[in-house]
Amino acid sequence: MLDDTVLDDTVLDDTGRHGPKVTADDLRAQVAEFLAGHDPKTTDRQDFLNARFDAGLAWVHYPAGLGGQGLPRSLQTVVDRAFNDAQAPTNHPERNGIGLGMAAPTILAHGTAEQQERWLRPLWTGEEIWCQLFSEPGAGSDLAGLSTRAVRDGDDWVVNGQKVWTSSAHMAKRGLLVARTDPDQPKHQGLTYFALDMKQPGVEVRPLRQITGEAEFNEVFMTDARVADADRIGGVGEGWQVSMATLMNERVSIGGNALPREGGMIASAARTWREHPELRTPGLYDRLLRLWAEAEVARIAGARLRQSLAAGQPGPEGSAAKLVFARLNQEISELEVELAGADGLLYDDWTMRRPQGANFFGRNPGFRFLRAKGNSIEGGTSEILRNIIAERVLGLPKEARVDAGPWKDLPR
Amino acid sequence: MTEHATTPGPAASGKDRSPRSADLLYTETETQLRGAVRAVLDDKAPWRDVLARTESAQTYDDKLWRTLAADVGVAGLLIPESLGGAGASYREVGVVAEEIGRAVAPVPFLGSAVLATTALWASGDTTWLPELASGALTAELAIPFAAGTRTRPVPTVRLDAPEAGDGPGDYRLTGVITGLADALPADLLLVPADSVPYGLYAVRVSSPGVGKRPLTSLDMTRQLCEVRLEQAPARRVASGKQAEDSVAAALLAGAGMLACEQFGLAERCLETTVAYVKERRQFARPVGSFQAIKHRLADLWVAVTQCRAAARYAADWLAAGFGPETTLAVALAKAACSDTALKAAQEMIQLHGGIGFTWEHPAHLYLKRAKADSLALGTADAHRASLDVLANLPGPE
Repeated sequence: MLDDTVLDDTVLDDTGRHGPKVTADDLRAQVAEFLAGHDPKTTDRQDFLNARFDAGLAWVHYPAGLGGQGLPRSLQTVVDRAFNDAQAPTNHPERNGIGLGMAAPTILAHGTAEQQERWLRPLWTGEEIWCQLFSEPGAGSDLAGLSTRAVRDGDDWVVNGQKVWTSSAHMAKRGLLVARTDPDQPKHQGLTYFALDMKQPGVEVRPLRQITGEAEFNEVFMTDARVADADRIGGVGEGWQVSMATLMNERVSIGGNALPREGGMIASAARTWREHPELRTPGLYDRLLRLWAEAEVARIAGARLRQSLAAGQPGPEGSAAKLVFARLNQEISELEVELAGADGLLYDDWTMRRPQGANFFGRNPGFRFLRAKGNSIEGGTSEILRNIIAERVLGLPKEARVDAGPWKDLPR
Repeated sequence: MTEHATTPGPAASGKDRSPRSADLLYTETETQLRGAVRAVLDDKAPWRDVLARTESAQTYDDKLWRTLAADVGVAGLLIPESLGGAGASYREVGVVAEEIGRAVAPVPFLGSAVLATTALWASGDTTWLPELASGALTAELAIPFAAGTRTRPVPTVRLDAPEAGDGPGDYRLTGVITGLADALPADLLLVPADSVPYGLYAVRVSSPGVGKRPLTSLDMTRQLCEVRLEQAPARRVASGKQAEDSVAAALLAGAGMLACEQFGLAERCLETTVAYVKERRQFARPVGSFQAIKHRLADLWVAVTQCRAAARYAADWLAAGFGPETTLAVALAKAACSDTALKAAQEMIQLHGGIGFTWEHPAHLYLKRAKADSLALGTADAHRASLDVLANLPGPE
């Protein structure tokens, strides 16, 4: 009854409407041929992943030569499933969420051919983990007001400043850095975008402990850190536009993933409900039914968004998925703590841990309840997302601004 | 009351599309159909006319319905080409329903082209379908609009004794059915009757012994009526399980298509309100530049976006046939769209301020239709309650 295949995006080629030249069957045949030449049991893991990249079977919607074949994004599921069925080694996408979800599309959209060649392969195979150096203590929602400085020095730039809320920074080889290169320009115009080498003396990473007790994030301090001009992504002063491409991808990657029915936060709430008839009350039941229905509709809406994006790039519409995801995670996890009854008063462990990636649905109800509070803040607060929808989707007028003029003259 | 069995219906015949993946977008054909319907509605059903008609003797617009039914061909969408229809599916019907919701159009599309047509097709009696397809005949399933989809309403009409001169295929019905939508303009009523076995009968409205009484309704763009039958001559369309299944299929399809209509209504309310707050100035700026207004409209846009996906999911599954996933899809869509359409109409009034509370503004037409629709063919609560079985979420003891 709970049919996971119902929203499998791949069957779109049935309709012929998104009619890819290469069909799902063609791709399955390509994977079979690849596996015949590279036995997952005997081939070295890194060799296997490199070969898969070279065969254009890494991310089929990327261009030929960069791990793909220029196909609709929806066909990637077919390839992933075929490799999964063969128990082939994976690139551990959960360890490199920012690299795969945000750095790669940004590099593809704004990087030079040389940068794409140099960075995309080790990024996809997981050899190089990426992080995102955007938010600062003084620049959260107002990202464009950031004050980390990059000053030109020969073929390099010298970077000084502090970033915060940086997931994976302690594991990352490279960081997507947006820094101020011209304080005399208005705030959106004086920014430039770089790929910073994280493994250098001028970069210090410290854990940032959050309300769950663990430290999933970091603070990053840059003191005379150096980045080559060859590692600049986009033009000098174009950092804001490049950042927007990254953030649009981030909002799709938070809350935009395909999940089976009853995947996500509702899974454990529904399971608890079924296993504990003694906890059932009319009030909790009404909330559960509402949240189950809303979660399922959100899942269908996510599938619809992916179908409409199958060939295109994420736009501001992705903000809807993230808004709904954050609200549902919070409401469902709140309900779940209540469903736990007396156990809702307990917590599994307050000691500081360093998880490898974000896990919104892990550990116990108390953890999920606390972690969900971050969902409406990280990757654009729900308030900023509503502004984006209002201004960019609905075309409503912008707020009156008081932050025009050179950045250096703004009150801080 | 009996729990519905799964039922075959239009477009389901011989096709097993499960497991399958729903196409949630609109095809080119569907977009063209939308354009044709919208052009007619923009031209012939501007809101001032719709408003004026709610206070006239003829609350349904017969001329508009003839144009849509016959010229655009919306009456026969579900009917196979061999019987004079378009051989389309609930996907196309859903698009037409969206447009009718956008215009709050006073036409019996839902009653005739969805409920009655589905009931007739599922019953296997094709007698009336060619006339329905051409628009020459308008029909309605005589079940109260407030009926849910989960249990079959107990009929309030009984099979009566035959009269002198009645042949073997002639039946007589007596009883009163109230709260019927789209029955006022109907020429033919499909009447469930409590006999042994349960039966579905066709009654010509022009026959002796058939009376209709219009009811003052919350939503006068879809005015309800009461039908009184006294020894009314009838023909049997289906009996026993076939009749039960036909009614079940009609109510389920009706709820799914009503959800599409609610989505269309919600989208129109949102668009109208967004346009208004860009124009309306207070404190020397457009009111739409205030964050308090922007955030409400952003939330509404998100809700409407969710609702569109749910409505398309239901339309796509209905097009595939009648099974548990279709029932679930309809329940999700009707629950989401009922809540969102009502919210959209309420936001439309609030964000228009005083003008939105006047009779001379269309907002109240949308509010009344949204509220009435939310009570019809299963409330949001009733559809969510069906998740006890559909999603295995049992209720408290």
